[in-house]
Amino acid sequence: MRVCDLAVCGGGVTGSCRNMSLSSPSVFRTVLRSWTAAVLVFLYLPILVLVAYSFNASRLNIRWVGFTWKWYGELWSHAPLMEAAKNSVIIAAITTVLSVVLGTLGAWLLHRHRFRGAAAIRVLVGVPIMMPEIIMGVSLLVLFSALAVPLGFTTVIIAHVTFCFPFVLLAVRARLAGLDPALEEAALDLGATPLRAFWLVIVPALRPGIVAGALLAFTLSLDEVIVTYFTASPGSATLPLRIFGMAKVGLNPMLNALSAIFVVATIAIVIFSERLKRFSR
Amino acid sequence: MSAPSPAVELRHVSKRFGAVAAVEGVSLAVRAGEFLTLLGPSGCGKTTLLRMIAGFEIPDAGAVLLGGADVTALPPHRRDVNQVFQSYALFPHLNVRENIAFGLRMQRRAAKEIAARVGEMVALVALEGCEERKPHQLSGGQRQRVALARALAPRPAVLLLDEPLSALDARLRQTMQLELKRLQRQVGTTFVFVTHDQEEALTISDRIALVNRGRIEQIGTTQEIYHKPATAFAAEFIGQANVMEAEWVGNEPGFARLRVAGIELRVAAEAWPAGVTRARVSIRPEKIHLGKTRPLGGSGFEVRVDEEIFKGATDRFGLVTASGARLIAMVANESALREAIHAGDRVWCAVHADDIVVLRESGNERGQPA
Repeated sequence: MRVCDLAVCGGGVTGSCRNMSLSSPSVFRTVLRSWTAAVLVFLYLPILVLVAYSFNASRLNIRWVGFTWKWYGELWSHAPLMEAAKNSVIIAAITTVLSVVLGTLGAWLLHRHRFRGAAAIRVLVGVPIMMPEIIMGVSLLVLFSALAVPLGFTTVIIAHVTFCFPFVLLAVRARLAGLDPALEEAALDLGATPLRAFWLVIVPALRPGIVAGALLAFTLSLDEVIVTYFTASPGSATLPLRIFGMAKVGLNPMLNALSAIFVVATIAIVIFSERLKRFSR
Repeated sequence: MSAPSPAVELRHVSKRFGAVAAVEGVSLAVRAGEFLTLLGPSGCGKTTLLRMIAGFEIPDAGAVLLGGADVTALPPHRRDVNQVFQSYALFPHLNVRENIAFGLRMQRRAAKEIAARVGEMVALVALEGCEERKPHQLSGGQRQRVALARALAPRPAVLLLDEPLSALDARLRQTMQLELKRLQRQVGTTFVFVTHDQEEALTISDRIALVNRGRIEQIGTTQEIYHKPATAFAAEFIGQANVMEAEWVGNEPGFARLRVAGIELRVAAEAWPAGVTRARVSIRPEKIHLGKTRPLGGSGFEVRVDEEIFKGATDRFGLVTASGARLIAMVANESALREAIHAGDRVWCAVHADDIVVLRESGNERGQPA
């Protein structure tokens, strides 16, 4: 997702400068086009090469020998990696669900109710976003050992929710800011209990914010390394942790295959969320 | 058997927001089946009154009764009233049919009954063919009708309307005013309507409660409110009025003689409160009759025409009396009279004794002039 944002910035140069006058408009246009192309090549060429090499029959990444599905097959039967992938998906899924619930309810409470300390809480929920991950990782590790909580799935999920739910909260709050306060009143007025009004009217109105937050939480959890490194046990190691460990020993074409799968999945998620944005307008 | 209880009753309700008193000791009874308008300038407390009836605000003091039952402590979802919101507040993810069905679904009515009732409401507000559309696919007027149908579908005892026409353009607004009035007669539900537009209030209502600074200034039929304003505020807020200081100078059989802006005028003896020497009076601009010659009957006075403004159906004249006081007169543009009166002319004015309304001071409940 991050890669994609940068690409959008590169493209944005063309848009925002179109009306600037240089000695000759056509020269200017050519320069801009080349620049945009260079940015895109810089960003996407390594990824394309990686995807291409995932089909290379040679074990070495240097020379193209021939097309093969072999690495995908090997990946499929590589127990530790598949185990890690399963861990990653489970952790990301549970993290997303918990973050959506906590983030949405938190945003609603902060938006709807005035209480003492609300301003402080509003600032505090943003802190995990800014905080260096290494500090979060260490502090959580210290906390878990002080409380004598054994490291494992639970600790990884707690850690992931800690830095993921603020993203959901912020996305939902942005949506809430533009929400007509009369919507809830209309639901109550028509006989809905406060709970039903929230579920039947507020949640659907917040859906785009909730989905955007959920996608963010899922992808953040999926590729997180540092905090996970401090809070996971060997049995709950996630895919990024395992890849990190394997890459230290040497690059393996199997990792290329794995990365290719991730690239495709990421692009699919980005397209899905863009579709959703357009739909919600 | 006693008289039927009012559809809505407010008993000495007050509401403060921080240091601001939004509503101060208001008592009001809305008769079952009537179209009552809460009219007043913005910030006068009329919306707060409406929100207290709906249950969105709890009064600091006083009681709210619906059909004779005290509902002061009941939350909005347990009150038998529905509201049409200023922003319409249609549920954006639901289509027209689902929006209208919402209240019935909350009451857990049978699916068959809901479908029948929704069909009935769609026909009532003439939205056939739009049932599957989402609110963002509708025009402003259509959204307004959906909001109306949604609020009426559960057959509330009282329908509250918070400036529902303010988002529409002038022409559509006038059409909707008449439509709303027709609809109210048709369904027979009690309507409590909030607006700051006096013309709209006159067009649409059976009775008007004029709200000013958190109090009810006057309540009455549209005719009463217009022809017999109780206070200077009432006279000036609804239509136009010449409000002037009057001094009692003596009585004659059937009349009280007053001195107003240096002119001697007469009002019916019973209109002037006994024992009072000074009060303000109001004369509507169209009640001042202009003529080139001295009117018969004696109560005429001469003025100078200061300005004339052509307003299409009417002409408006700015007049200056001998003592320098300014008056406004309005004359229907039906004859060649306009040709005859111009700025700078001296003309005669005649005012019927019944058209001079003696006002009380605002906030004085007993109707006694100060």
